[in-house]
Amino acid sequence: MTIVEAARALRAREITVRELWDACAEAAHTKNPELNAFLEIFDADESAIASAQKRIDEGDASLLCGIPLALKDNILIEGKIASAASKMLENYRATYDATVVKKLKDAGALFVGRTNMDEFAMGSSTEHSAFGPTKNPHDTSRVPGGSSGGSAAAVAAHLCIAALGSDTGGSVRQPAALTGIVGLKPTCGVVSRSGLIAMGSSLDQIGPLTKTIEDARILYEAIRGVDPLDSTTIPDGLYGGVLASPKRLRVGVPRHLLKEDVDADVLATFDATLEKLAREGHTIVDVELPMSSHALAAYYVIMPAEVSTNLARLDGIRYGHASRGDTLLDDYILSRTEGFGEETRRRILLGTFVLSSGYIDAYYRKADASRAILRNEYEKAFESCDVVAFPTTLSPAFKFGEKGDPLAMYLEDIFTVTANLTGMPAISVPMGFVERPSTSLGAGESVKLPVGIHFTAPHQAENLLFAVSSEVEKAHSK
Amino acid sequence: MATTEEVKKLAALARIRVEDSELEKFTSEFDAILAYIGQLEKLELPKGETAKPALRNVMREDGEPHAGGLYTEKLAEQFPAREGNTLSVKQIITHD
Repeated sequence: MTIVEAARALRAREITVRELWDACAEAAHTKNPELNAFLEIFDADESAIASAQKRIDEGDASLLCGIPLALKDNILIEGKIASAASKMLENYRATYDATVVKKLKDAGALFVGRTNMDEFAMGSSTEHSAFGPTKNPHDTSRVPGGSSGGSAAAVAAHLCIAALGSDTGGSVRQPAALTGIVGLKPTCGVVSRSGLIAMGSSLDQIGPLTKTIEDARILYEAIRGVDPLDSTTIPDGLYGGVLASPKRLRVGVPRHLLKEDVDADVLATFDATLEKLAREGHTIVDVELPMSSHALAAYYVIMPAEVSTNLARLDGIRYGHASRGDTLLDDYILSRTEGFGEETRRRILLGTFVLSSGYIDAYYRKADASRAILRNEYEKAFESCDVVAFPTTLSPAFKFGEKGDPLAMYLEDIFTVTANLTGMPAISVPMGFVERPSTSLGAGESVKLPVGIHFTAPHQAENLLFAVSSEVEKAHSK
Repeated sequence: MATTEEVKKLAALARIRVEDSELEKFTSEFDAILAYIGQLEKLELPKGETAKPALRNVMREDGEPHAGGLYTEKLAEQFPAREGNTLSVKQIITHD
């Protein structure tokens, strides 16, 4: 069921809030041992369920009332554990609600549980979770993507109606693509980061993972807004007013970036999707975004730098994993070494390196400058198009262990990082399936894996993303 | 580019230890990553583009603090070791 379908059924009295909750909770309990999408499935919150039912009975308009959602384990729900899938915060109980949680509670939404993720959001496969990986519902020998892999798998396997994830370099969009659902990263500053365990503060955004575009829009509207607790949140119209979506959209494609490395059938599916858009009357244009080829390098300088700063607060002193040695220094080192997994430690060291006095100009300041140039290139491209399009990933979901080399894993984000660097909104929408040999079904058998198309729009032009995505959604349902 | 010595030094700065058994593998992976991001070093920025970062941090004015003691118990509950409402830690300054 989608949010829209569930909301209709609740109001038509075909189902009660309690029945909807029970159905999701049961699906979650049944399938989670295999998929490991949830780190914890919450008990039913009786008073929230009763209150949601009452509001629906009284004709409450909020579409999210009574809807069971899943939240990524780095979003704080007061009183619940928020571990960011780490040993460091394994037993940390949130002392306040994230602003997005508060907004969802006010809307009457319910929470099925907290979902698995790469530890501290560092990864593209959910293999870096301290509590085991999540499996892709389309093929359980493959990853669901990451870092919001648990949320994506939960939605794709119908263990919840929709979910929230966080996106720093593609962590909502890439798992959406790999599990065949919709994933949106809003404009930087549109959704409050208060109560989101910080990874890279100039890059992080919370975003919805849903089955349809309309559901994504509903969740997006519910969670966004200026928040005094996050001073980087922005008012509507900061970037020059709402652009009404034109009936005929211009889709910009940076062909020069797609010359190599994209799997042939992924590229073919992408081109076929563009053709469908063209047949509906939209224009496809070529755009040039040369700095994109350095975007991943810039990201892997800026993000670790911010990570090393943000994770400095996790020192084993006031909360979290607290190991004690002989000296105070030992306390810090033991707590952090034991509490952080390998990838987390790697990125902290990388960040420490690029910020150190001998290297800060060559790496960090250079990356910062190239980030500004990338943004200018996109803004220039948007003079000739409404959205920029490319495949979300180079290939479909890969097998567990296939990308053990860290750099190979980093390359998963090669397209998605640009939207975090520029701060622009971006979305991944299902565009079809490709076939790969299956290991689980037997020799000679193949499995169909979803792939996604990725759109970027100017700052605060999410309406353009919804418009073009709806066209893709429509074209695929024909 | 990166040596095991450098990795050990960075680890010390970051209050993390890389075990000797992991050090070789870690350093070579680290080195490969540095080689990749090193492309930025060679990147020539267009002339005249000091490219002022488009991002700026935003701070709000200090407001009134909330009533004292509102969150104390919730926070103190998470202390690894406590004495009343205070966090117990090792002595930081010795007076020998």
